[in-house]
Amino acid sequence: MKAIAAFLCGLMLGVGLIVSQMTNPGKVIAFLDISGHWDPSLALVMGAALLAAFAGFAWVERRGRPLLAGELALPPRWPVDRQLVVGAALFGIGWGIGGFCPGPGLVGTAALSVDAAVFTAAMLVGMVAANRFAAGGASSARRSFSRQPSDNAQ
Amino acid sequence: MTIDWVSFTPGGALTGGLLIGFAAAFLVLTIGRIAGISGILGNLLPGAAAARPGAGGERGWRIAFLLGLAAAPGLAAVSAVPMPPVESVVDWPWLVAAGLLVGVGTRIGSGCTSGHGVCGLARGSLRSLVATLTFMASGIGTVWLLHHVLRVPA
Repeated sequence: MKAIAAFLCGLMLGVGLIVSQMTNPGKVIAFLDISGHWDPSLALVMGAALLAAFAGFAWVERRGRPLLAGELALPPRWPVDRQLVVGAALFGIGWGIGGFCPGPGLVGTAALSVDAAVFTAAMLVGMVAANRFAAGGASSARRSFSRQPSDNAQ
Repeated sequence: MTIDWVSFTPGGALTGGLLIGFAAAFLVLTIGRIAGISGILGNLLPGAAAARPGAGGERGWRIAFLLGLAAAPGLAAVSAVPMPPVESVVDWPWLVAAGLLVGVGTRIGSGCTSGHGVCGLARGSLRSLVATLTFMASGIGTVWLLHHVLRVPA
């Protein structure tokens, strides 16, 4: 049941990325290019997505537990640390260069776009490198710490 | 700044955005998880917590989610949803750099546009607010630098 729910969620999210044209990197860069001819479409995508997601989170947090699992497994909302800011800044630079973020990279690759596949292959290398770096920096003391960076990833 | 009304696609943006948001709401309501693509993917890769032996229960739903995402272009094709072009506006060396930065950045920063920008903001996470403002700012700054200062051909 859990796998079916996750599959349907991935499918719906992927179709949403296609319908909103966020799988088109030129469209994303046109949104980020606020000093040129600005295409505000992505702002509407985020606004509509936030509205729908907000309803879902408000409902499930009031309910206390999800329908198909024992408990909610949500990452911490705070504190803000240096890792978060540095990581987000690097992500934004890559997003601005290519116009791809992880979802559109995967969906574009599945749509047999060679450009998306090149991006996605490099992204996988970057993710493994970051995973290894985090794991390599973890001493045995860090491993016993309950909140490792990779555990509270969103 | 001028608004590019010709490229602006409010209908698709709102519809697609709602689909993305409903997908995120659906995942947290059913299995209590954040629909963050970089975290779902990154935690399956070598070096991550869910990739370690004994974390098998963490893998199934992630794989199912990614399969759903990969099936989206196929569903779009059979249901006559137009697939926007997935063509890079920059050359491959730039795409590789973009992929590496997005891969490393989303792992260090614990999330991407879906996890922080949609789910995190929808649940009032301070970490996600800071991350989203950071990657938006660095993305906008990068596009400005590349296309208005360095004038990389697009």
